[in-house]
Amino acid sequence: MAEEMKMRATLQGDITDVKVRMNHIMETGARKDPKTGKLIPPHFIDQVVATLNGKTVLDAQWGIAISRNPFIGFKVKGAKVGDKIVVNAVDNLGTKFSGEVAVAAR
Amino acid sequence: MNQLRRTFLKSSGMAGAVMVAIGAGLLKSGEVMAATWNKLAFTSNNIADAMKNANYGGATESKDIVITVPDIAENGASVPVEVTSNIPGTTSIAIFVEKNITPLAADFEISNGAEPYIYTFVKMGQTSQVRVAVRAGGKAYTVSKEVKVTIGGCGG
Repeated sequence: MAEEMKMRATLQGDITDVKVRMNHIMETGARKDPKTGKLIPPHFIDQVVATLNGKTVLDAQWGIAISRNPFIGFKVKGAKVGDKIVVNAVDNLGTKFSGEVAVAAR
Repeated sequence: MNQLRRTFLKSSGMAGAVMVAIGAGLLKSGEVMAATWNKLAFTSNNIADAMKNANYGGATESKDIVITVPDIAENGASVPVEVTSNIPGTTSIAIFVEKNITPLAADFEISNGAEPYIYTFVKMGQTSQVRVAVRAGGKAYTVSKEVKVTIGGCGG
């Protein structure tokens, strides 16, 4: 899939500001198909892990209430320009998504 | 002719039963794979149970958690929530929407130099308190802020 995630990591002082936008429908399971009147089954990202140079900095579990095309912003201390931030995500159907970005100067 | 049709129906019915069995098997293996996902907390349908099952039970009210949310959200499908915990030793941050059918929206564990800060967007079915809970030094703390929702964003 093209462009599963868009990421940006910007060093500001000694803190790196990371922004991640994922492409995902985030279907709650409570919405009805307007044509059939049947409930659309849930389909949502439920686990997200972010690493800095291979070390876990963020380990998240999500429910159905995260908005469509999810966005997360987080901050990491101690990263240097060029350090690698990787985000891995998986949805409730087992589909995996990932993205990576190098820390950039402001 | 009629006999042939009978036989065909019978065999296709059996094939259907096998398909259902495979389907059930697949669902089961999926559940095993997602064993670490806190299903109990994410399916809890009231704020007290959701907090308890997510390990934030008995949380102390704290003004050291700062929530930034809009006072009024025109569209409940995407409400910005920005959280900073000023409690030293914060190890996790959870976001709850009290009036959603299942209040727990997300639970973030932070480690290895991550700041106690999270920015994300949540769905809100109706006007509700947005509650944040954090764990720090083995204790739970919480604070909430109301967001008025003009158009709900949880389906229907």
